[in-house]
Amino acid sequence: MEKSRLSTSYGNNNPWTRRLAPDHPLPFLQPALFRENGSMYHKEKSIQIKNSASALYNNLGVLRIAPRRLTYFTVVHANVVNMVSASWDGLNYSHRQLQSKEPNVATSTSLIMQAAFCALPSRDLLVVTSQKGIQIYESDGSIMVYWHALDTPETPTAQAVFARGISAVHENYICVGISSGAILVFDVPSKGSNITLSEVLEEHKESITDMAAECSGSQECIADLVSADDGGNLCVWKSGEEFQLLNNIPGFDMSCSSVKLWKGTVVAGYGTGQIRLYEAVTGILHAEVNAHARWIYSLDIAPFSGLLLSAAEDSLVRVWHLSMTPETNSVEVAHLHNECVTDTQICGAKFCDGDGYAFAVTGYDLSEIIRYTQT
Amino acid sequence: MSSRTLPLLFINLGGEMLYILDQRLRAQNIPADKAKKVMNDIITTMFNKKFLEELFKPQELYSKKALRTVFDRLAHASIMRLNQASMDKLYDLMTMAFKYQVLLCPRPKDILLVSFNHMDAIKDFVKDTPSILSQVDETYRQLIEMYTPLSSGEFQLIRQTLLIFFQDMHIRVSIFLKDKVQNSNGRFVLPTSGPVPHGTQVPGLIRMFSCTGEEVTRLQFNNGGNYTAAIREGSFEIFGDRVTKLGTNMYSVSRPVETHMSGTSKNSAQHTKVNAAPNPLAKEELNLLAKLMGGLEVQKPGNADSGFRVNLFATDEEEEEALISRPDELSYGVINIQATKDQQANAELAKIMGEFTESGDQSPSASSKGDDLLAMMDGL
Repeated sequence: MEKSRLSTSYGNNNPWTRRLAPDHPLPFLQPALFRENGSMYHKEKSIQIKNSASALYNNLGVLRIAPRRLTYFTVVHANVVNMVSASWDGLNYSHRQLQSKEPNVATSTSLIMQAAFCALPSRDLLVVTSQKGIQIYESDGSIMVYWHALDTPETPTAQAVFARGISAVHENYICVGISSGAILVFDVPSKGSNITLSEVLEEHKESITDMAAECSGSQECIADLVSADDGGNLCVWKSGEEFQLLNNIPGFDMSCSSVKLWKGTVVAGYGTGQIRLYEAVTGILHAEVNAHARWIYSLDIAPFSGLLLSAAEDSLVRVWHLSMTPETNSVEVAHLHNECVTDTQICGAKFCDGDGYAFAVTGYDLSEIIRYTQT
Repeated sequence: MSSRTLPLLFINLGGEMLYILDQRLRAQNIPADKAKKVMNDIITTMFNKKFLEELFKPQELYSKKALRTVFDRLAHASIMRLNQASMDKLYDLMTMAFKYQVLLCPRPKDILLVSFNHMDAIKDFVKDTPSILSQVDETYRQLIEMYTPLSSGEFQLIRQTLLIFFQDMHIRVSIFLKDKVQNSNGRFVLPTSGPVPHGTQVPGLIRMFSCTGEEVTRLQFNNGGNYTAAIREGSFEIFGDRVTKLGTNMYSVSRPVETHMSGTSKNSAQHTKVNAAPNPLAKEELNLLAKLMGGLEVQKPGNADSGFRVNLFATDEEEEEALISRPDELSYGVINIQATKDQQANAELAKIMGEFTESGDQSPSASSKGDDLLAMMDGL
């Protein structure tokens, strides 16, 4: 069994290009071994960013650009998105900042709620959501290709107005959530700026927190998209010219701040620190994890290996392994690893590659992106 | 973000301000009757009906600059005077204390319990004065009415809004350093031990279920911390045990108030102020501010003998030194509108603010009044 080892010359063990079949068990994953012999992951050199990260859900965007051997990262600070382009050899870093658009200058600064990359088959885009609307950029942040303004009232209302929750879906859709609970579905052409609002989905009654598309790459999955709201309610959708609601999994009056969809399983993180796994289409509860001691801020899945990453205000990042057993229609969760980011409330955590070989973390008031790689 | 943040920010900062002033008044041996007058005057001003009405309206948070102006005025609502350096220090302490409380709150909803702790203490300060007491009670009712129906997610939005306001503030506070709740780099200690929040389970359990809902497997994992079960929930009523100590008075005569200015400047290179936005926004904000402050009635100075100065530092020399050596990045850039010796300018300003309260709407001439106000403040 090949034991992976970090070295500067990757050779055959290049973490950025290694692919495993979706159900292939990870050869180097032996949980018992790691507990005794030391850490599964170790800390790498951090990337410094221009401002500190704000305390917002899912506050880290990652886009891997294999042909150019680069990875883009985005971190939101109040009304600014910090973008860093990092070369894989660790030698080149370039920075860019994007501002929130304020068409109405007389009123106060528009705070950004989220910035996320949307990887579609034809193109990659960067979506930035704020109190005023939705900005869509080319993935390097160089050009804004689309702007959608939200209906913001003249004088502020008790119910805040903002957009939050971003996901690319299927071949050509980008979905964005709104504080009212509505979901905007945008139809994206393979190039150019002729993005159009295709549909408005009105199912949620509370503010959208996060959305995720099926990421396993499997053609068999019926459900394409899951959306979550402040009441913990989860809606499961099938995309198309008209999106179809497949299921509505009720919450338990606790906000679901981060959600993922993998092999037909919804993985949801809540303000209580709990993670729940549901079968998307039926709503059957597969597993419940008392994962964190504080509010969960970010979840991510490495689709090729089934590794799950969770991060919370409690300063902990945890790595888990999900495995599906189709025969018994069951899902298993195993805990693999903890990382403690001392004295930091984590607000973003994402794998940097589809295997989960590396992940990156952001924290409130921290001006760096912390990186970890498998030992 | 959340349009319901300002009342909580104001009440909690105000509460911290009162704790600090109370401590300084006693430390400086100010006569009991004068000290009481100052506390009563400030509390009366804070809970002025008109002022609170404006405060509780849905609105975005003010910039640090604007909020500092409100507290400047509040601190001078009585016969007490503070020099610039002392006012800066007072504001530093207030903001770092509340930042600490917001960060350490186990649940976002607990910010309301912190607010009630401040309210409870304020009520105790004025327990002998029925007229002010009734204002305070009314504020409890408004807080309960506005905040108890909110969901966990809405509270988290309020908390996130507050954290943006406090972003990048790492001023070291002596009492926090001594208690080891703050590191020497100005960041707060976040323990991975102690009771979990109410409604949360101690991390460590994985439960897996069959399709029929029966639990099939239980697994334990190492949570990397030292957590214990949640304790009882605090009371969200007008009276009750709040359970949390966050928001209670941590100062006493033997535990003085100090901040360390030196050593913060190496962190400040990374500090970018959110509201460093240039003037185009200032006018609109000034209009809102004037409306708010229209309700802040400033006490007439009375006879010259009753006024006195409070120093947040141990000596006058220290205070002067602090003013000179304060790093630029930490300057609040507030014009002290009370410090003017120009009586006419002061009267004009007061008149303009008074007019805002009366008209109350965005009349076309409002923007020119905003200009006047801006010019007036710049000229002071």
